[in-house]
Amino acid sequence: MTDTRLGELLTGLPAGTGEALDLVTGFDGAFALGFARVGEEAESALSGLAGALAATPVGARIAEAAEKVAAGSVADEHLAALAGGRAALLGAVHDALLSGLDAALGRTREAWQPAAPAAGIPVNLLEGCRVWLRELAITGWRGVDHDLVTACDQAVEALLGVPELRGLAVLLDGLAAELRASCPVATVDRLPARRWADLWTRGLLLAQSGPWQGTAEPVSGRLLVLGADVHEHGTVVRVQVHGVLEPAGGGTPRLVRTSVAAAKVETIVGPAVWRLLAGYPVLMGALAERRVLDVTDLPLLPGGDLVWHDDRATAGAEADPFTTARVMLGGAVAAPVPPLDRHPVRIAEPVLLEGYTTDGTTLDVGGEGLEWDLDRLPACGPLTPELVAASTGCVGLLRWDGRWLLQPLAVQTAVKRKPVAVHTADWATGPTDPKAVKAEAKAGDVVAVLRERAGRLLRK
Amino acid sequence: MDADISAWEQRSVVRVVPPVQPRKLAKVPFVELADGRLQGVVSSGSDIARVYVSSIAAGTHAYTCSTNNNRPCGGLYGTPCKHLRALADEAVLQYGLDRVARYLRVEVAAGGDLLGSLSGGPTRAPAAAVFARFLRHLAYLEVPDSTAPLAELHWFPAVR
Ligand SMILES: [Zn+2]
Repeated sequence: MTDTRLGELLTGLPAGTGEALDLVTGFDGAFALGFARVGEEAESALSGLAGALAATPVGARIAEAAEKVAAGSVADEHLAALAGGRAALLGAVHDALLSGLDAALGRTREAWQPAAPAAGIPVNLLEGCRVWLRELAITGWRGVDHDLVTACDQAVEALLGVPELRGLAVLLDGLAAELRASCPVATVDRLPARRWADLWTRGLLLAQSGPWQGTAEPVSGRLLVLGADVHEHGTVVRVQVHGVLEPAGGGTPRLVRTSVAAAKVETIVGPAVWRLLAGYPVLMGALAERRVLDVTDLPLLPGGDLVWHDDRATAGAEADPFTTARVMLGGAVAAPVPPLDRHPVRIAEPVLLEGYTTDGTTLDVGGEGLEWDLDRLPACGPLTPELVAASTGCVGLLRWDGRWLLQPLAVQTAVKRKPVAVHTADWATGPTDPKAVKAEAKAGDVVAVLRERAGRLLRK
Repeated sequence: MDADISAWEQRSVVRVVPPVQPRKLAKVPFVELADGRLQGVVSSGSDIARVYVSSIAAGTHAYTCSTNNNRPCGGLYGTPCKHLRALADEAVLQYGLDRVARYLRVEVAAGGDLLGSLSGGPTRAPAAAVFARFLRHLAYLEVPDSTAPLAELHWFPAVR
């Protein structure tokens, strides 16, 4: 039943999606060349973006911004308006995709309630970020050189000292590393134009007045883990756990996420990253041993994120994520997505698919092919493309990046013809596979080596 | 334009920085391709408190080595010292020979080694900037953890 409806979802795009994305592509092409001198094609891309949003409440501001930028006046407010316009288009695409997905899955989603803006954000730091982002917009990706990339270092250092601005810090640091690796950008064969403009847009929106996650409310209950999604770039690793929260005292189970992120450096890779998360023994232990978590007074943000406190949780009985998915996914209510987070990349909906056939690239869902997102298999865990190719069941995240994708978080598969379940976070308390243990031992404890150096050199 | 390229350019999540390979860090704790140089920090074999700052410039291949207090390396005469050799070896482990050679703009013949293929000579350059980048690098180890939602990380999947 779900399979048939999911299959239908895969056959086409919601109306208007292609047109909206074409406008975004036009903007991204203009951005690549920079706004220092706006050519004819770029001018028409900007006015196309403004035209599509003319009927919206921000239509007039975006039209003015497009006109001013095309005429060579690149002020902060104009860039903010253009970023807002681009985000609005992708937000509309996100909404259309997610509502189609919710309908196919039969998933109920709560409505967003307006949230108060963040308070107490050091605005001078945000200004520093806007200066760098404006330079990027004026120069365009094609003009980026080492000096322009390095100019962001100070802003990132300052942001890392402010917990509320961590998201902006990891975003700018990730973007800068990619630009650095691509310098001089003028000569690269292919330009990640959509990706970098996405990052620039989100960066500029965050640099207006900080994040927009809203106010948390404390919740207690049982958290049943579905799986762990791992995010990483050179200087950060983050484990985001998807689960179902059964509220204490009854009530509808909710789909939630909870996350822990640690700063790192590029040379801490593979299973070594778990060492950075050793400060969360309850969560990591529950992931490795597949146990339920009893949580007390964890702050729950309106967007469905539980703010993890390891000391407010205890691990309980073993709980198989496949059973959780089978029993709980159908009735759990999903959280709304904060308006400024609405972008197709943010779609990561937990699903259970079983009894499919796969050639290792796609799996068969209701007669349609759904592509595996094999680029999202983390090096810190045991899941490999081979295990996915041999799988018959999967707890994963449905994602969208130009087409629907299934990111495996756990698979039921066969190793040496024996059925076995393999999860991304099986090694959360250290690798269990002898080969991985050996490989990690070969490099030594890199985290300890670097911490020792840091301890000695940074406090001289 | 090639259809594959334009599809790639219109993706939100693509791999731009190739993943680095794990390696031992005790001898050469820091290696990077940045600011137009292969640069890094090499531990002194004899004195735990001393480190050498070594670098090779892209294009000119001019190389340099000194202590972090700017004292010239005693091993650096007409040819690269053992610290530069360690830096190059670890850079190849970390990034792969292709990526390092492309960055430095050096042609390495099949089976050849990186240092032997350089065309530049020794030069003097202040170690302070590279050492400062090493300290900045280490400072990440002391940044507190975060449990915030950080939705921006959906653009940065962990990969194999
Ligand atoms: Zn030397």
